[in-house]
Amino acid sequence: MTTTPAADTVPTAAALALGDDALVLSHRLGEWAGHAPVLEEEVALANIALDLLGQARVLLSMAGDEDELAFLREERAFRNLQLVEQPNGDFAHTIARQLYFSVYQHLLHDRLASGDGPFAPLAGKAVKEAAYHRDHAEQWTLRLGDGTDESHARMQRAVDALWRFTGEMFQPVEGLDGIDWPGLERAWLDAVQDVLGRATLTPPEGPRSGAWRAGAGRQGLHTEPFGRMLAEMQHLHRSHPGATW
Amino acid sequence: MATAAARDTAGGPTAYDAPAGPGDTDAFQRAFDAAVAADERIEPRDWMPDAYRATLVRQIAQHAHSEIIGMQPEANWITRAPSLRRKAILMAKVQDEAGHGLYLYSAAETLGVSRDELLDKLHAGRQKYSSIFNYPTLTWADVGAIGWLVDGAAITNQVPLCRCSYGPYARAMVRICKEESFHQRQGYELLLALSKGTPEQHAMAQDAVDRWWWPSLMMFGPPDDESQHSAQSMAWKIKRHSNDELRQRFVDICVPQAESLGLTLPDPDLRWNEERGHYDFGAIDWSEFWDVLKGDGPCNEQRLSRRRQAHEEGAWVREAAAAHAAKHSNDETGATRA
Amino acid sequence: MTHTDWPLWEVFVRSRRGLSHTHAGSLHAPDAELALRNARDLYTRRGEGVSIWVVPSSAITASSPDEKDPFFEPAADKPYRHPTFYEIPEGVQHL
Repeated sequence: MTTTPAADTVPTAAALALGDDALVLSHRLGEWAGHAPVLEEEVALANIALDLLGQARVLLSMAGDEDELAFLREERAFRNLQLVEQPNGDFAHTIARQLYFSVYQHLLHDRLASGDGPFAPLAGKAVKEAAYHRDHAEQWTLRLGDGTDESHARMQRAVDALWRFTGEMFQPVEGLDGIDWPGLERAWLDAVQDVLGRATLTPPEGPRSGAWRAGAGRQGLHTEPFGRMLAEMQHLHRSHPGATW
Repeated sequence: MATAAARDTAGGPTAYDAPAGPGDTDAFQRAFDAAVAADERIEPRDWMPDAYRATLVRQIAQHAHSEIIGMQPEANWITRAPSLRRKAILMAKVQDEAGHGLYLYSAAETLGVSRDELLDKLHAGRQKYSSIFNYPTLTWADVGAIGWLVDGAAITNQVPLCRCSYGPYARAMVRICKEESFHQRQGYELLLALSKGTPEQHAMAQDAVDRWWWPSLMMFGPPDDESQHSAQSMAWKIKRHSNDELRQRFVDICVPQAESLGLTLPDPDLRWNEERGHYDFGAIDWSEFWDVLKGDGPCNEQRLSRRRQAHEEGAWVREAAAAHAAKHSNDETGATRA
Repeated sequence: MTHTDWPLWEVFVRSRRGLSHTHAGSLHAPDAELALRNARDLYTRRGEGVSIWVVPSSAITASSPDEKDPFFEPAADKPYRHPTFYEIPEGVQHL
């Protein structure tokens, strides 16, 4: 069953892009349940995952039926950034992913919330959630970067490893009008470099996107781990066509 | 919950008042007995008999361990939840269990043990958690059966603990019971959706109830005449009802609920007894209970090793934050002195 | 075994504006900033609060149960501190 939604109306493509980011990252954070580094952090990660899932449900519902979109689309129809589909890795990788994404999401929703477009109401709520997620990521980046030698090394590896997925965030998203993407990118770089500096980490210098010209997440081209993630996420739903839950 | 006063933990959680001397113990004991008899709460820095303290530490720790081990069988389905609504509910529920573990470890810490000590004992297999979590969650319907039956049994056990004689435990239980009622209802609703769904979904629900019913009944512990801790705990008002009494209450509640679900409970001997005013039910296979308790359940090894692994893999994170805090506080102290 | 060495914090939550902060429970955190965030995540996830205090448990000085009598009993025999101690003729209002 192919359920790629009609992308003929402009907000649909944008709703899918933003909704898929939130859905996929929420799923990844949900994988932490039961083995976070400390009990307090179980609760914190779950709160972030639940905020993101709430955003995803609103956004996907703007584009169609949330469950059809989440569970019945093929990999190529997902429009999320490759960054958010990256596996959790160790806690440092999870935090680096959170830092890169939540700074982006905070800046983007802040701009969307102050506009009068179709995403302004959602963004008004999401910007507060993203501000907290960003703070959480920053707090942990500081502690891991400026903690022990081991944590510093792990955090440096993580920020380096995920750096090449960050360029994609600033490709204009169809339907998000009035966003100054280069300005967003500058603000993001300033914010991230500031945190990394305070965390005694070296801001990565390598390319921020891959050399492969085929495209990236926003065009429906994903990394290998994503197919497995979707297989797990969609299996039960797809095994019972038409069932309600 | 009424305004809970700040915990009396001056000097850290391990501080408590030992009797001033052996001659005073009788007076302290009398005061303690009188407080328990009058249904007053015992608070952390009150004198209490060593055995009372030890019983509470054992019970609260076991309860806390059950919450965090209990996250595993349900977290097993978060990534496969079949709708986004169900996924949100399940994540929130598993999160609550982490929270409940935290409330309970805090209550135990008022008795002079640290969470680290308790976790070490759990990881070393020297303290137990509820055996129910040594059963596997094989299908999505198990998430519903756990909510309805396992959380239902837990609530039946726990509601009386809100009146337990030890203040911090009772207060933790008030908060937990409030949050648990959502757990049971979501499980029931989940099973209802399956029961009324496709034939495959209905069969999945029935299969889950068939597997979880008997282990749920075992959650109330061995029969009263074989329960080694019960009598003393009742006298101390840590426990308010006997195992068999609570088990019967649970069965009586579940039978009509199962009928409304359109599912059957796997017990041919289950029938209403007019004379007793209760449902009679079949004999429980206690050999299975003792086997699982001793470590031979389907998932004992898996649950414990996963827990140990999470703890070990998190060590560098906890150390990093502690190291950062130490650096930071030194900086501040330095600045103040300057 | 590695230990966290994260100290214990007491958490106080103001449930609504106009009410005072009330003890909600405790938690572990490496420092005050994370204690505050952990408290927010743990004790207000059902909208229970609008403001939070965290205090290191070790910073609390508590009265001792041994001193219960000298501390609290002397207050018990001063009924004249309470308005019900006074008899007012019937019909007198706004008192």
